Amino acid sequence: MTNSSDNTAVADPGTLSPLNPLNPITPPSPLAELWRDFRRNRGALLGLALVLVFVFLAVFANWVAPYSPIEQYREAILVPPAWAEGGRMQFLLGTDPVGRDMLSRLIYGTRLSLLIGLVSIGLSMSLGIVLGLTAAYRGGKTDIAIMRCMDVLMALPSLLLAVAVIAILGPGLINAMYAIAIVQLPSFVRLTRAAALGELSRDYVTASRIAGAGPLRLMFIAVLPNCLAPLIVQATLGFSTAILDAAALGFLGLGAQPPTPEWGTMLSSALEFIQSAWWVVSLPGIAILLAVLAFNLMGDGLRDALDPKLKR
Amino acid sequence: MIAFLLRRLGVLIPTFIGITLLVFALIRLIPGDPVEAMSGERGMEASRHAELLKEFGLDRPLPVQYADYVYKAVKGDLGRSIVTQEPVMREFLDRFPATFELALCAIIFAVVIGIPAGILAAFKRNSVIDYGVMSVSLAGYSMPIFWWALLLILFFSVQLGWTPVSGRIAIEYDPQVVTGMMLVDTLLEGDFEAFRSALSHLILPTIALGTIPLATLARMTRSAMLEVLGEDYVRAARARGLSPLRVVGRHALRNALIPVITVIGLQVGTLLAGAILTETIFSWPGIGKWMVEAIHRRDYPVVQGGILMTATIVILVNLIVDVCYGIVNPRIRH
Amino acid sequence: MPLLEIKNLSVHFGTPERPVVAVEKLDLAIDAGEVVGIVGESGSGKSVTSLALMGLIDAPGRVSADACSFDGRDLLAMKKRERRKLLGRDIAMIFQDPVTSLNPCFTVGDHLTETLAVHEGGSRKALRARALELLRQVEIPDPERRLAAYPHQLSGGMSQRVMIALAIACNPRLLIADEPTTALDVTVQAQVLELLLRLQRERGMALMLITHDLGVIAETAHRVMVMYAGQVMETGTADDLFTHPQHPYTEALLSALPENNVGRERLQTIPGMVPGAFDRPAGCLLAPRCQYAQARCQSERPALRGNPPCQVRCHFPLHADGIKE
Ligand SMILES: Nc1ncnc2c1ncn2[C@@H]1O[C@H](COP(=O)(O)OP(=O)(O)OP(=O)(O)O)[C@@H](O)[C@H]1O
Ligand SMILES: [Mg+2]
Repeated sequence: MTNSSDNTAVADPGTLSPLNPLNPITPPSPLAELWRDFRRNRGALLGLALVLVFVFLAVFANWVAPYSPIEQYREAILVPPAWAEGGRMQFLLGTDPVGRDMLSRLIYGTRLSLLIGLVSIGLSMSLGIVLGLTAAYRGGKTDIAIMRCMDVLMALPSLLLAVAVIAILGPGLINAMYAIAIVQLPSFVRLTRAAALGELSRDYVTASRIAGAGPLRLMFIAVLPNCLAPLIVQATLGFSTAILDAAALGFLGLGAQPPTPEWGTMLSSALEFIQSAWWVVSLPGIAILLAVLAFNLMGDGLRDALDPKLKR
Repeated sequence: MIAFLLRRLGVLIPTFIGITLLVFALIRLIPGDPVEAMSGERGMEASRHAELLKEFGLDRPLPVQYADYVYKAVKGDLGRSIVTQEPVMREFLDRFPATFELALCAIIFAVVIGIPAGILAAFKRNSVIDYGVMSVSLAGYSMPIFWWALLLILFFSVQLGWTPVSGRIAIEYDPQVVTGMMLVDTLLEGDFEAFRSALSHLILPTIALGTIPLATLARMTRSAMLEVLGEDYVRAARARGLSPLRVVGRHALRNALIPVITVIGLQVGTLLAGAILTETIFSWPGIGKWMVEAIHRRDYPVVQGGILMTATIVILVNLIVDVCYGIVNPRIRH
Repeated sequence: MPLLEIKNLSVHFGTPERPVVAVEKLDLAIDAGEVVGIVGESGSGKSVTSLALMGLIDAPGRVSADACSFDGRDLLAMKKRERRKLLGRDIAMIFQDPVTSLNPCFTVGDHLTETLAVHEGGSRKALRARALELLRQVEIPDPERRLAAYPHQLSGGMSQRVMIALAIACNPRLLIADEPTTALDVTVQAQVLELLLRLQRERGMALMLITHDLGVIAETAHRVMVMYAGQVMETGTADDLFTHPQHPYTEALLSALPENNVGRERLQTIPGMVPGAFDRPAGCLLAPRCQYAQARCQSERPALRGNPPCQVRCHFPLHADGIKE
């Protein structure tokens, strides 16, 4: 981010030398400006707060969670949440059909969901950036080849594509991450390519090209930082899709396998208790909803704050 | 218009070829033995292995195999299911009407509610209605639909007992298959009781499947409307004394719908490709459920054929969307 | 009685706590058949004035006026529906950018017949015939074919002719033309203006002509109103105002005209910028840019003085002998 702001300033002389010399305005740093615009949006702030809570839970799961997520308390099977009739204080959110503490499983599930998001989006974004920059810089046949491949990936609805990838790789948590990364790849490639093409036509790129900057240097040092804004937004929104898809795969039995405390997997293995023990089905669902909502709110807020069209 | 369509075809054909390559590669990418995968037999003897290799044509060079695969696929031969030994194409065609019926209902549900909600939100910008519509649609957009479907079942089927939990129609009815769509088939027979049964089976899956398209459409419609309402021609139309209804309903809507129609089209493509989650939860005998089961059973010919067919449908729907886009947008038509 | 009479019109944007003044206490009267020119730099509130009298200022904009009547009818007291009926029929408006003012989804014919149908009605055939006739009147060649054309198939000048046809469709008595030629090629500017003035003469419409081009005003307008930062700075008959400008701003505008700069090295310009939303001076709004400004100009805001049609808002008017107090 800091890198990008430096470069924006170089790219746009307007921000360095204000038009009116009589009235020099020091431009606010882009980061401060971003925060100012972001803060105005209450939904976005709510999203950010929720995301921070989830991150906290994920990082400190070992300390926050009262029990191990896989330890079974045989004497406490399907105990309702503490506030419900028959609930016990020691199991705040109750226990599941084999006597594991729901709260602890949900907290460890946060860690898994964020991890899935982080790994799959990280993979997808880095590969997407490389492919997108290559397509933009090389143009011609390379460009067409890369973009046609992306079209092929886009011709399949996202969950179906993920399922197809799982069909090749086999079910499992790690493979689910790969699958999600592949599903999200086209959006990152297209975005990077479009942004890079826009930047490549700018004068400063021509200038550094004339100054003898190599293609790698040009793309990663000059062009990429200026394309970051849409990529960050896409990554945030993609994060929510990743969490959702991972849960869906888990639910279908194609993602994380029991007894892993993944939210979708938890939900599917408790299906038969949907009538007798509402909490085993409701709570993981609420966790998924909140996490996805948080990242969507934050992503929308970031997009509005970063979108130059909406400014002023 | 023709030139525009040809250009679109120029992009779609390579995409289609790419899909066939992907599907063809699928069976060769799975770790393990393609012969075992294709025949469904495990741990066979070497002589049997060679026999099967020949039978599946896997002893030939790859390009020949690929050409053969595409040739057969174009003729409609997608191989046979390992599990049922039925032709994959037949299984697909048997299940597609169920998916089609559900997808159609879901998209109608989404359009009928989502677009007016979006228009209303844009028209009453920053009002309670606007915030309400936007919050609900954000929640719908973020909803894990498998969980949402369970909540719907829990409430409407289990608690209230209004709707059945799963399937397409009560067992006592068995309408003759004409179109494969229960609503149509029961009506053709004139059996209104059966029609009601089919309808009640459709309601919950429709809501579950339609929720995300609905939320997407409401958001899209609102932002497209807001953009258009700020345009000069809207102001000019008002300056000519046209009523707000006419300005919003005719001048603004017509323009705002251009991007919305594209979104509807993309959603239709996605829904037709099979609602994997919804169909699984409601035991809806469509494409999505079929493919998930095939993956669980390692029925690779079905997976291959299914992917090829769904991708083809998506591509065709996209082409139709492009045509519609051209029809509503005079700048492309001419 | 004037055809249009506005008294004390103000338009504010922004929040009520931090209002942004767009038009401040503006009086304007236009007689039937009269051509009134409004000039002023960008951002001086010309467009906002015309939109306000059309009733097209939306929230958060706020319009207030002591009186705003058309043909003796109070526009402010009128029901929305009633007021709408006047728009397009008795009062019509042409906008700066003709290309974006036409709906890209509708043909030229759609636009014309819709407006005619809403205000006058009639059979499809009759409406089409009238539309065709209107296109002929605005001198569009090959009108039958143009009727089926979409806006993106028209050039800028052609689009503005269509806009004019739309505006005169129902024989308005007042036509507001907001910089009707600014967005056009220089070569077609004169033609379009010519057309507009011919129609004005033939039909006896009142014309409120908003423009940056003082030369145009000098040739065409009966009366002129000079605006600056939302205020009327000077009004007068075209002859008086151009020969004896009383306001330093009018004088500066005139001396910036190319024909008054013949033989000079550089075109004269007015230094500085129009005050923004939050830096409006306490005194005369022009004071920071006025070469004659004195202490009083910085502290005290001048009122509009003199008798219509000749009024000026200045503590120290030039050619002071011109006004009779
Ligand atoms: N919708 C709006 N919201 C806030 N401020 C506005 C709005 N419309 C106009 N203004 C402000 O009102 C002032 C007058 O604008 P207006 O468009 O009337 O100027 P103008 O004289 O027509 O200029 P131009 O010659 O550029 O058309 C400007 O300072 C402008 O910023
Ligand atoms: Mg203007």
